[in-house]
Amino acid sequence: MSVAVTEIHKQDQKPGRSLGYVFRQREMGIVLALVALVAYTAINQSRFLSSQSIRDILLNTAILAVLASGMAVVVITRHIDLSVGSVLGLSAFAVATVMQHNQDLPMVAALALGLGIGAVAGVVNGALVHFGNVPALVVTLGTMYAYRGLTYSWAGGQQVTADEVPRHFLRFANSDLLGVPWLVIIALAVIAGVGVMMRNYRIGRELYAMGSSPQAAGLAGIKIARNTLVAFVISGALAGLGGVLYASRFGTVDAASGNGYELQVVAAVVVGGVAVFGGSGTIWGAGLGALLLTVIGSALAVLDINQFWQQAIVGALIVLAIGADRLVAVRIARSLRKRDSHV
Amino acid sequence: MTTDRSTSSGPALLEVLDVSKSFGAVAAVQGVSFPLYAGEAHALVGENGAGKSTIVKMLAGVHRPDTGTLRADGENRTFHSPADAKAAGIAVIYQEPTLFPDLSVAENIAMGNAPLTRLRQIDRRSMRATAERLFARLGVRIDPDRPARGLSIADQQIVEIAKALSTKARVLIMDEPTAALSGVEVERLFSVVRSLRDEGAAIMFISHRFEEITALCQRVTIMRDGRHVATEKVEDLSVDDMIRRMVGRDLSALFPKQEVTAGDVVLTVEGLSREGVFRDISFEVRAGEIVALAGLVGSGRSEVMQAVFGVDPYDSGTVVFNGKRLKPRNPRAAMNAGLALVPEDRRQQGLVMDLSIARNVTLPRSGALARLGLLFGGTEKREAESWTRKLQTRFGRLSDAVGTLSGGNQQKVVLAKWLATGPKLLIVDEPTRGIDVGTKAEVHRLMSSLAADGMAVVMVSSELPEVLGMADRVLVLREGHLVAELSRAEATEESVMYAAMGQKVTA
Repeated sequence: MSVAVTEIHKQDQKPGRSLGYVFRQREMGIVLALVALVAYTAINQSRFLSSQSIRDILLNTAILAVLASGMAVVVITRHIDLSVGSVLGLSAFAVATVMQHNQDLPMVAALALGLGIGAVAGVVNGALVHFGNVPALVVTLGTMYAYRGLTYSWAGGQQVTADEVPRHFLRFANSDLLGVPWLVIIALAVIAGVGVMMRNYRIGRELYAMGSSPQAAGLAGIKIARNTLVAFVISGALAGLGGVLYASRFGTVDAASGNGYELQVVAAVVVGGVAVFGGSGTIWGAGLGALLLTVIGSALAVLDINQFWQQAIVGALIVLAIGADRLVAVRIARSLRKRDSHV
Repeated sequence: MTTDRSTSSGPALLEVLDVSKSFGAVAAVQGVSFPLYAGEAHALVGENGAGKSTIVKMLAGVHRPDTGTLRADGENRTFHSPADAKAAGIAVIYQEPTLFPDLSVAENIAMGNAPLTRLRQIDRRSMRATAERLFARLGVRIDPDRPARGLSIADQQIVEIAKALSTKARVLIMDEPTAALSGVEVERLFSVVRSLRDEGAAIMFISHRFEEITALCQRVTIMRDGRHVATEKVEDLSVDDMIRRMVGRDLSALFPKQEVTAGDVVLTVEGLSREGVFRDISFEVRAGEIVALAGLVGSGRSEVMQAVFGVDPYDSGTVVFNGKRLKPRNPRAAMNAGLALVPEDRRQQGLVMDLSIARNVTLPRSGALARLGLLFGGTEKREAESWTRKLQTRFGRLSDAVGTLSGGNQQKVVLAKWLATGPKLLIVDEPTRGIDVGTKAEVHRLMSSLAADGMAVVMVSSELPEVLGMADRVLVLREGHLVAELSRAEATEESVMYAAMGQKVTA
């Protein structure tokens, strides 16, 4: 017995260092796809790797990645949040309007406001899902229209333009820290923070557990109500944060900002290897998914391919990701069954 | 197997005092009391639907009793949630284990009380060390790093027990843990449970298998129809006593086959063969007869009947029903001709678990019940009502999902579903597998009265007492061959087993 046990030890003590382990990770597929895509595009169009082009890609990825991080949390919990595009729009318009009327308000206040609006929207979503006992798909489809409607009735066709908001607000999204755009730093911080929470903290593991088997989670005494709220608040708050970043980056905001964005976010999460039925996937995978989608968009533009193809390719990728997901699951299940776990 | 431990008589670790619980109009549990003592395994027995699972769920904190109290360590407790029950030291192992398939085994064990580092992060190293320590204590080897997905049911139960140990549970409640286990696995589970018991845990054990109860338990509580019948020491009761009190009637009433004079031949099977499965099978079935197909598992019994019904193909031979040849591979034609097949696995093949009772009962007849292609609830409901009444099915409302019923009642719904088609020949595969003694008797009585009304019944069964008690004739298959046809008078346990195994069995 002891022989086998020590073997297991040896195998698993340093999983990070074994090449096999790295390649077994789901995220590896995305990385490979990214490398291939970038290489192909760069060979055909050298300006694809110009610093300006890379900077644009990263800036475009940042907001998507922030929202995808939050969406991943919700999807891992076996829910979905379709309201993120509307929350982003609401937050962007609210922040831009407030900044327009209070030119001296610091950036921190704008960020806090956006986060707060998003968090409130998330509480509403979570409460409806849990206490109303309504599937998240239905609840957030409803709130997606409700939040968007709220923004429309407030904006009433008006828009806030870049010359009406304070200069420092606009500068934020377009300035750097040591050559790295603030937007990218924020996105990385969000991915790291949420990622660590999901990986190393009790709450994160409980969210995985809830997604893996909701019934077992209840019997295990996991606080389903609190955790559901937490998941939706994270998603909402990050969508709110995304709204602030959006307003700061583009300056001009109207009631339609972020319309339809939720589907891109879901696409990024699914392509990033988060299982649609919860329980598995990682935050950094979702971030990579966001990057891959953005790179595809840019590559097609650079290669002068019709924009139509972008949507078709994204669609194909989603089907591929879900197909691969099933395939991997079936394979794993089979190999686990074969491997006798004990003697 | 030992029952040698003298039972301790200190204060009970957990006491159930006069608890009642109703779901809507159905009183699931009424005024039940029993104590669980440290160092003792306590069996809870009763027919399906007697209220055992409701008791388990109340102890687990899933349901709250309407009246009555639970007392742990002499203090009254109210469990608002499973977390409360866990905190009181109660761990429940359900019939179908409740693990998280995507998470590692170690994580499954630690879920809810994972060890933390100083930064309040999860301490994975200590988590897997705990898992390894627990597995060592249980004497099993399961890799703590593998995901729970793909573990055998037996291993999942071991993980559940490890989980219970990790929370320092002193009361371990096991709801039919052995139902899906093989003999070796049951032994392993029992040795683990025995050592926990001897270390001072209180065990509550639910099972339909009496030999397991006498092997493991010191005390037994018997329930019937939601009521407490008796709590006694196991050594003071014989198995017959237990069954009699569970059922409230004598065992002799279990196989109530009425004498019937057989009518005309309805089914003639001639030279039926399927390569590698069965060969040259010929037999007849008459109206009013119950014919049993006996044989060891894998002898081809179910396959023959599935070929007759047209679910499975066959290579040669003929099936003649009421003078007309049945086309092979056409179950729809068989149904129209008046055959019905109640499959062995009701969960997989017999019922749509999420649909209502009414829908399930009327499913095969939805075409006949529809008006202009549309189904209206009224007709469905009337049909279902009349059938469930005939079969004495117990349920809350007809609109409840079938999945919420007990196993025996599910079996009755499957029967109702096929009887509603008005068959002339009923094929039932393992009609009473996994259902309790009382419901078994009801199913048997039903089959008998159907035969008395002129229906022909073919029963595939692995339970010898059932075969001997019910059948007018017994056909014995061995390795795909029909090796014996025994009349009711000729059929004994010995003669059937002799034919099934092809050698003299020493009793």
